Amino acid sequence: MLGEGILKGLAETAKNFAGSYVSKERLTTVQYPEERAEHIEASRVFPFLVYDGPDAFAGMRCVSCQICEKECPPKCIYIEKSKDKKPDYVGKPQNYPVRFDIDISVCMSCQICVEVCPFDAIKMDSVFEMATDNRFGGLLLDREKLLKSNEYYHSIHPTEATEVDGRLAEEKAKVEAKAKAAAEAAAAKAAAEAAAPKTAAPAAAPAAKPDAPKPTGGAE
Amino acid sequence: MVEKADQIFVLLLHWILNYLPAAWRHPVSVLLCVAVIVAVYPALFALAVLMERKGLGRMQNRYGPNRVGPFGILQPVADGIKSLTKEDIVPRNADALVHFIAPLVLVVAVFMGFAVMPMGRNMVLVNLDASLLFFFAMGASTELSIFMAGWSSRNKYSLLGAMRAVAQMISYEVPLLLSTVGVVMITGSLSLVDIVDAQNRYSWGLAHWNVFKPWGLAGFVMFVIASMAETNRSPFDLPEGESEIIGGYFTEYSGFKFALFFLGEYVGMFGIAGLGTTLFLGGWSAPLAVLSWIPSWIWFFAKVELWICFFIWVRGTLPRLRQDQLMNFAWKFLLPLTLVNLLVAAEWRFVEGVWIRWIVGMVIVVGTYVLMGRVGMRREKLGPRSYRYAE
Repeated sequence: MLGEGILKGLAETAKNFAGSYVSKERLTTVQYPEERAEHIEASRVFPFLVYDGPDAFAGMRCVSCQICEKECPPKCIYIEKSKDKKPDYVGKPQNYPVRFDIDISVCMSCQICVEVCPFDAIKMDSVFEMATDNRFGGLLLDREKLLKSNEYYHSIHPTEATEVDGRLAEEKAKVEAKAKAAAEAAAAKAAAEAAAPKTAAPAAAPAAKPDAPKPTGGAE
Repeated sequence: MVEKADQIFVLLLHWILNYLPAAWRHPVSVLLCVAVIVAVYPALFALAVLMERKGLGRMQNRYGPNRVGPFGILQPVADGIKSLTKEDIVPRNADALVHFIAPLVLVVAVFMGFAVMPMGRNMVLVNLDASLLFFFAMGASTELSIFMAGWSSRNKYSLLGAMRAVAQMISYEVPLLLSTVGVVMITGSLSLVDIVDAQNRYSWGLAHWNVFKPWGLAGFVMFVIASMAETNRSPFDLPEGESEIIGGYFTEYSGFKFALFFLGEYVGMFGIAGLGTTLFLGGWSAPLAVLSWIPSWIWFFAKVELWICFFIWVRGTLPRLRQDQLMNFAWKFLLPLTLVNLLVAAEWRFVEGVWIRWIVGMVIVVGTYVLMGRVGMRREKLGPRSYRYAE
């Protein structure tokens, strides 16, 4: 009959109304400042820069290739490349960012910078309490504010961080093996040259220090 | 003692007036009454808004506001301060004068309705002979203010909202008025005071409320539905439609003007709830003779609050209608039913014998309802769609 559905609906809401006073399970609200929801591993807010080891500057993974700056859809990243170089995690001299600014009032948390970074240097943070009374300066994060340790990364996204660590260790091992092989070859060649100084060395001598191979793949 | 509690406000007024010279008494008495009405209903508005937010929250298994004051009871105060201190923005192309007047027109019109409302025994500001008519005239002028708001904002959403509001309010005014005609036919008076007096009689301890009669029950149900549409309450809140037309005629209102609109809407709700209470639920009279010792004004306000609670309950339950459903419901369902209801009221008036007129009345009302429900719910068999393009 007409109106039955309305009565059913009214009964349903009445049940919910009364039930919310009786059973605590119904009320799923987390009373935020006093209580907190558990940290969700997949949560992401704004990007941060990862560094290895104890020293933020020395362990900085970013080599200021500026891919993220170019890919950022709202253009909220600003990078200034260094003139000099510092060794990266495998020991190869690389540029580093003198300035690395992210304007989080512009950032839309799309994670594209993370996905394009070939060095696993920029990752998504899960800190959301970033309210500030300074509308401009307070929302412009500089390099010092953005740099956070790998341990911190492990604490917020453990699965992802372990995967990244494995990948980096593999790369490093590969580079080291290659360098070792090259050193051995050079030593052998030097020995051969010493043995037969008259014969001209073939031009195909491998470089003493091979190029650091580019870590493949994106962030994931 | 019981008599004193019942008449406490009337006695208080007379006590104050005794200290004044005779020439001043009438104007001061009117001013005092107006001041009380203008103070009491906004207070009830604050209470209703809090109840609504809490109640809706609970229906959705949320807490609702619980931060300001103990259990969030000071939330309306915080809301009021916020809307008072907010910037008042008027669009550059808006008709500034009309834009400014529209909320005032609404608030004045809805408050005028209370002038004729009996809120307790001897508690009525003006006892007009045609007070029902006066109330509806005032209620109709709220449409004007809504259209003023929508038109003067010079915004497509505002105008759409205003158009919807006018179409809806005019459509539902017809069943709203016709559902009350039965009461007027039986009581033989347009005066709300007389209508309450006619219901304030008891047989076997039960009051003679109009809702306990077949024509009254049907009229009551239709009045409730039409009053929801008339006050733009959910599920008939198409003119506001936050998700479709971002607030309708409210779109360009901010700060205190918006608060006035909000106030007007809720006070309008109280007005229509008070009218419905007066017409069908016996106004200030007690439902049972043994409960007559409770002061009459408590009964009136309790009934109005109960009515508001029902509105909140319905708002928490039903989703918004579509425009064509809204119009079809008014013109194809409510209007014929109200017309049939007039027949039932006439039958009640002229058929002799208690049982026979009960049975005949109920048969006509329920039969029409079931029949019209069947017809209305019948699925239309639509063939495959065909399109014809313009040449």
